[in-house]
Amino acid sequence: MEVGLNHYLALAAILFSLGLFAVVTKKNAVTVLMGVELILNAANINFVAFARFIDTDLDGQIIAVFVIVTAAAAAAVALAIVLNLYERLKSINLDEADSLAG
Amino acid sequence: MLFNFANVLTFIVFGAVFVGINITLSRILQARNPHPVKLSTYECGELPEGDSWIQFNIRFYVIALIFLIFEVEIVFLFPWATVFKELGLFAFVEMMIFVFILLVGLAYVWVKGDLEWDKSTAVPDPALAPSAARQELTEAIAS
Amino acid sequence: MDFTNIAFYIFAALTVGSAGVMVFHRNVVYSAVGLLFAFFGVAGIYVLLAADFIAIVQILIYVGGILILLLFGVMLSQKLTKVDVRTESMQLVPAVVVVGGVLAVLLLTISSTPWKLAGSLEYEPTTKAIGRLMMTEYLIPFEIASVLLLAALIGAAYIARKN
Repeated sequence: MEVGLNHYLALAAILFSLGLFAVVTKKNAVTVLMGVELILNAANINFVAFARFIDTDLDGQIIAVFVIVTAAAAAAVALAIVLNLYERLKSINLDEADSLAG
Repeated sequence: MLFNFANVLTFIVFGAVFVGINITLSRILQARNPHPVKLSTYECGELPEGDSWIQFNIRFYVIALIFLIFEVEIVFLFPWATVFKELGLFAFVEMMIFVFILLVGLAYVWVKGDLEWDKSTAVPDPALAPSAARQELTEAIAS
Repeated sequence: MDFTNIAFYIFAALTVGSAGVMVFHRNVVYSAVGLLFAFFGVAGIYVLLAADFIAIVQILIYVGGILILLLFGVMLSQKLTKVDVRTESMQLVPAVVVVGGVLAVLLLTISSTPWKLAGSLEYEPTTKAIGRLMMTEYLIPFEIASVLLLAALIGAAYIARKN
């Protein structure tokens, strides 16, 4: 069977679901971040697939570049927050970080 | 374009097959004489101290962070470099603005001392004392 | 069957399998290795989608940068000498229900939507075209990206620094 747009979109949907599953079930903050990266990758596959099969120009690919750049910035800041959390609580389990008091 | 990437794929596949064949061959041909000393980290006799799963210093993270940000900058430089000649001065000025904004960040971490590697705070760790496993291994070598 | 079709199924299997290892393995370091191969698989998918520049960027930034940073996050936040790199899961049953529902809705939508396909992009090097677009049409996002990176650098360095 010829691989077309639907195949790529289905792959992205499966990746998105796996990432979502990691985000909602994992306690470890680093694993949750990994799930977020999976979700962003799934979105990027969608952008690039639409750019190839529907737009047939490079706009989608440029948006994908910006998504990757934003993901890098987000991962940097989020991990800094996780490390700060570890400094304070000696744990990076998200269910233990339930205090709003500094 | 696809052909160039097919070259890369062929290289990866050949590398994997080469390693796989060699490991399988050595599995088939090797002689088996298990001995506890052979499982030690350094077979020459130097004994490792402590655990390899240590907690790293947080300064590694700041260095890695700076690396990541400037790696992303490099990613923007590549497409710019391919069209630099045809777009001329305009593209040059744009990229200089881009680089300058990021240089502000570099200046910030430099001034704040994140790039300094302060060795004086390193303290010897009591957890790194010779362990029971080390004693055991010493006896195994002696016997 | 075309070679690109076989390649798609191989890369898709690699991606989904590694992502599964990442999600379902209890050891965080194994999760990171699973994520590594998932990123490689997605890079292969980008190549098949005629996005060579994106594929290289994916390997450069995700594998060479973000994944290293995530591994540092694991190394920096574990207890000394006690190997405690496991992650626990919670609320498994509601999560399976919700995620399964989301996946079903997505797949149904994808298969039932009549996409207006417009041929497909040629396999050509895209770096030059992306550079041209970035210097003209996408100039403002390009400059704003540098401000975003500056903010991320300063913010993350400030938060991570010991007081």
